[in-house]
Amino acid sequence: MKASRREFLKLGVAASTALLPLPALAQGAAPRVVVVGGGFAGASCARALRQADGRIAVTLVEANATFTACPFSNAVIGGLRELSAQQFTYDRVAADGIVVARAMATAVDAQSVTLADGARLPYDRLVLAPGIDIRWDALPGYDEAAAAQMPHAWRAGEQTLLLRRQLEAMDDGGLVVISAPANPFRCPPGPYERASLIAHYLKTKKPKSKLMILDAKDAFSKQRLFQAAWAELYPGLLEWVPLSKGGAVTSVDAATRTLMTDFGRHQAKVANVIPPQKAGRIADVAGVADGTGWCPIDPVTFESKLQPRIHVIGDAAIAGAMPKSAFAANSQAKTCAAAVAQLLTGATPSAPKLINTCYSLVAPDYGISVAGVYQPSASGQLAEVPGSGGVSPAGAPRATRAAEALLAEAWFRTITDETFG
Amino acid sequence: MGRTLAAAIGLASIAAATVASAEPPAGAASCSGCHPVSTRVTSPVPRLAGLDQAAIVKAMQDFRSGQRAATVMDRIAKGFTDEEVQAIAAWYATQK
Repeated sequence: MKASRREFLKLGVAASTALLPLPALAQGAAPRVVVVGGGFAGASCARALRQADGRIAVTLVEANATFTACPFSNAVIGGLRELSAQQFTYDRVAADGIVVARAMATAVDAQSVTLADGARLPYDRLVLAPGIDIRWDALPGYDEAAAAQMPHAWRAGEQTLLLRRQLEAMDDGGLVVISAPANPFRCPPGPYERASLIAHYLKTKKPKSKLMILDAKDAFSKQRLFQAAWAELYPGLLEWVPLSKGGAVTSVDAATRTLMTDFGRHQAKVANVIPPQKAGRIADVAGVADGTGWCPIDPVTFESKLQPRIHVIGDAAIAGAMPKSAFAANSQAKTCAAAVAQLLTGATPSAPKLINTCYSLVAPDYGISVAGVYQPSASGQLAEVPGSGGVSPAGAPRATRAAEALLAEAWFRTITDETFG
Repeated sequence: MGRTLAAAIGLASIAAATVASAEPPAGAASCSGCHPVSTRVTSPVPRLAGLDQAAIVKAMQDFRSGQRAATVMDRIAKGFTDEEVQAIAAWYATQK
């Protein structure tokens, strides 16, 4: 009788918990949020969670001791900057009271994250900020071994330095080829900024050389501004081959640094293959990536549309009109942190507004930008606020371009300070 | 059970109210991507914390109308309503 009554009570409690899940804070326990990935999205989110509500126990899971930033890494490739200027530790993040677990997350279930050493981190809410993975199966001939010959340099670090060393070792008069992928991918203007700063290096140090961009698209971010600047700064040096003119690379041969297209083959002295991408691996493991390889999310909370209580931010997320940029990742991180803090108290987050600002350097003293303001639309996506946003004006004086180059550097100092400083 | 639940809901609304009062209004959190929070950072972009509310509102209005020269703020200001700008400015004015 006693036992059965206890069983009944237990069932009753279980049933009402299932119907009316009480937020962790309402249950009196310190809510636990685990953030996986220590880039601009993840580290910003961990900090913003602590700022939003100091009662939240935040653990940041990151395999690397040092973060190497992608923004401005094209300046490293072009010989204008050292890689050390791109690198940040998690010391100050830990000093905010965030537990930094230096490990690879290997598994995720509805209650916990498992680390490579078998340790389990229970969570009330999980934030995944895994950035991108390369699709090693998407471009015939381009696997991890090929990347040692034809670097992608699309995750900053050794690959960045490898591409720079290859450019430095090349004789004057060589052909450099950049292969740019179809949308979506990390940093939409990135391939074209990279082409610009490599062109700047070649013009300065190896002026008989040529640079060709083989593009899987017919249009790209800030296109008119880039093309106007190329005509002004790098005439005859830089050629852009769009999809419709045979730009899509269909396979590569790493041994001979050859890139094949439907229209022919290009043998390069230095080849930078920016391959197709997908959300970082843990997104797939956690079941938050869909058939596209990216992660559908709710535009108010960034909660996965596929798994409850798991949020996805940064490059891995399908964020509608928002590009995959560091600024967007940081903006999403703060929005998501505020929403998670509210959800943990049982409150309903209100509709956010987010901003993106993205600078590109066409030369060291020549910057251009794109900016946008975003809000959830009726269709459940993040959409650009009508009438807002856009790119730098065409035909602006060089003083404006120089000012934007300085603002680009100031932006990098500011966002890396907020995220890691 | 009923009493526990009622108490829990009461606690939840108190907690929500506490958090909501410190919560930045829509859009405000994004500003610090360019506008430094820390005084450690050297930037031509001004810190917003502690600025006069009316001054922030005026700047946003002038950026939006084109009266004030801008690089990106003209494009960003057009994405916010007067009410949103008021709320953001009021929030930054109270920050340290």
